[in-house]
Amino acid sequence: MTSENYKQIQTMKNRSLISIDDFTKEEYFSVLDAAEQFERKPVQNILDGKVVATLFFEPSTRTRLSFESAVNYLGGKVIGFSDVSSSSVKKGESLKDTILTVCNYSDLIVLRHPREGSARYASEVGTVPIVNAGDGANQHPTQCLLDLYSIRKTQGKLDNLDIAFVGDLKYGRTVHSLVIAMTNFNCRFHLVSPPELKLPSSVKMHIKEKNLEYYQYTDLSEVIPMADIIYMTRIQRERFSDPIDYEKVKNAYILNRSLLGNTKPNMKILHPLPRVNEINEDVDDMPQAYYFQQALNGLYVRQAILKLILGL
Amino acid sequence: MEQDKKPVKEFVVSAIENGTVIDHIPAQSVFQVIHILNLDKYGNQILFGTNLDSNKYGKKGIIKVTNKYFKPVEINKIALVAPTATLIIIKDFRVIEKKKVEIPDTIETFVQCVNPNCITNHEDVPTKFKVLDKIDSRLKCTYCEKITEKKNMTFR
Repeated sequence: MTSENYKQIQTMKNRSLISIDDFTKEEYFSVLDAAEQFERKPVQNILDGKVVATLFFEPSTRTRLSFESAVNYLGGKVIGFSDVSSSSVKKGESLKDTILTVCNYSDLIVLRHPREGSARYASEVGTVPIVNAGDGANQHPTQCLLDLYSIRKTQGKLDNLDIAFVGDLKYGRTVHSLVIAMTNFNCRFHLVSPPELKLPSSVKMHIKEKNLEYYQYTDLSEVIPMADIIYMTRIQRERFSDPIDYEKVKNAYILNRSLLGNTKPNMKILHPLPRVNEINEDVDDMPQAYYFQQALNGLYVRQAILKLILGL
Repeated sequence: MEQDKKPVKEFVVSAIENGTVIDHIPAQSVFQVIHILNLDKYGNQILFGTNLDSNKYGKKGIIKVTNKYFKPVEINKIALVAPTATLIIIKDFRVIEKKKVEIPDTIETFVQCVNPNCITNHEDVPTKFKVLDKIDSRLKCTYCEKITEKKNMTFR
């Protein structure tokens, strides 16, 4: 490890990870570099004696299990809940009281909560670092870092790429975080969505501030030949208050084998998962499909985040 | 000669002995200023006028509040809804100080976040915003990161 890397790693010690724009480009690279080391050697006993709390107020498979797996492979212990019905939240306990209590029992809290801004608030009231594992439709920075890791691993670089984001660009927090992060890397953004689910202007503002190119489409087939990365998303039923609005758009974009006849040789398909029907299963064994490896990369990236924030 | 005399300026709204005059309020914002400062519940004399002629703005509003000097948090509120306003501090019918209101870089506690799913609308959390645009009063919530604009701004 060079002295320069060591300095970068120290800047993340004891800091919460709430929003992707809290961290510098150099800090992203620290995480990606550390994740590469964990990919080579995932079992290391560096968390011996440490306790990580995973507080999931909303359901999750990959984020929670990969964090818990990361802690276990590093020799630490996990406490927490994955269902609010088994906690005092059900009795009406406030988020502040829950966080203050759990800070007494852990060295770091991984928090997923349906309210936007909950993770930032938790980081203000808490006494241990908070890692945001998704706050409503707002931010999901660890997903973003694993997406960056997957892009760098498959493309060999992060800059000067054509990235297509497809599906729910309005409520998809993984899209918001990744778009903001990729504005650091001189990319071209191809935004494919139904008119009702366009990227919010607050996120587009980040692209405009950096004077980067972005194009909006409603037709998925237009972007397939030009993309280096196609980032598919699920239209999330739980974000719609009116089921009729959901029914109108739920089948808007379905990627199948026949659509992938003319792609760049380096093109990879990413998806934060879970998928419903937006990527047909006949795509899974194609060389462009990368979404399950992407989920595996989540383990290494979360190991890296734990190591850097705990200053180990 | 009679026509050489300077015309005597008539005050449309009477002068006050002690208190604050909020001048140069955009004409359409007078009632909003009264509301956000809770002046509709204030016990002392208040005089106000709107759609008054203004050389600078065409039409303007003015509010004169007796025996009241505003705190910084109240001045911030005025700045958000009436960024052109001037505060005139009056003591014994004399102007002690004149100052333009100014929107600060951050706004805390009194603006409500526009996002119904923001944590500040569900738990007892004081709001906090970064001011993105001081002319159009665009505020970014520190918590949910959504933008509250002047047209949909409400106060706590």
